Amino acid sequence: MTIALFVFYVFALVTTASAVMVIAARNPVHSVLFLILAFVSSAGLFVLLGAEFLAMVLVVVYVGAVAVLFLFVVMMLDIDFVQLREGFLQYLPVGALVGLVLLVELALVFGTQAVETAAVDMPPTAPPGVTNTEALGSLLYTRYFYLFQTAGAILLVAIVGAITLTLRHRPDAKRQDISRQVHRRPSDTLEVRKVRPRSGI
Amino acid sequence: MPAIPLSHYLVLAALLFTIGVFGIFLNRKNVIVILMSIELLLLAINVNFVAFSAYLGDLAGQAFAMFVLTVAAAEAAIGLAIVVVYFRNRGSIEVEDINLMKG
Repeated sequence: MTIALFVFYVFALVTTASAVMVIAARNPVHSVLFLILAFVSSAGLFVLLGAEFLAMVLVVVYVGAVAVLFLFVVMMLDIDFVQLREGFLQYLPVGALVGLVLLVELALVFGTQAVETAAVDMPPTAPPGVTNTEALGSLLYTRYFYLFQTAGAILLVAIVGAITLTLRHRPDAKRQDISRQVHRRPSDTLEVRKVRPRSGI
Repeated sequence: MPAIPLSHYLVLAALLFTIGVFGIFLNRKNVIVILMSIELLLLAINVNFVAFSAYLGDLAGQAFAMFVLTVAAAEAAIGLAIVVVYFRNRGSIEVEDINLMKG
């Protein structure tokens, strides 16, 4: 067994085991942490495949942003998670059935087709002397430029959507109203009175 | 570079995908775990994309894996925003109640 194969088995095992724990953990916080583990170990697999840029994107964007977003939401919402797990066993048979059928189908597809190409040695994904990031960048900014722009537009829509969904105006919150401040006149609020000594108003 | 057979990656991706689908069925009530299962599905797709891209020597697979990542991030953000709004209105995230608007 070569070192690369050994490393592959370690990362694949960790990825699969943590994926199982994501759906099986009792506490959703643990689920999110296992999701982070799955992402990190599959980033290791990407490095093994020579896709360094995607591996780093997976760590930075997924672990750094998406998983932490999940963590925030899980921790912010005050949810009775024990109650949510009711019916866990009720759905187990149908879920197991669907999963099994899916796995058998995928195995059939791979068993008939993909194994033929398995013996092919790994060709370099980028021309020699060019790093993976450089090659991917030159592809993204030329051939897939419109797709790249569309991806940016999708992210913009996601930002706008998420903000509009969660924004709420609370009437009882005190906010600064600049125009009201500017238009305030002394005569509205100030009154000068003559006070005689030792009498008060 | 010593070859790890392509079929290894495909088997791993198939396992991940199956686990994701299984998770959607298993956690029917908890919408947050359903969203995490969808992330697992997309991760399996990405493993497939990158593996084929590496073995066929074509970078297009990695470019598409990046677009999948983008869409997955957007989907997670919108999904979690909907969860937060739903929780604010109803005080729970049981997805089985969502069909209340059904006529």
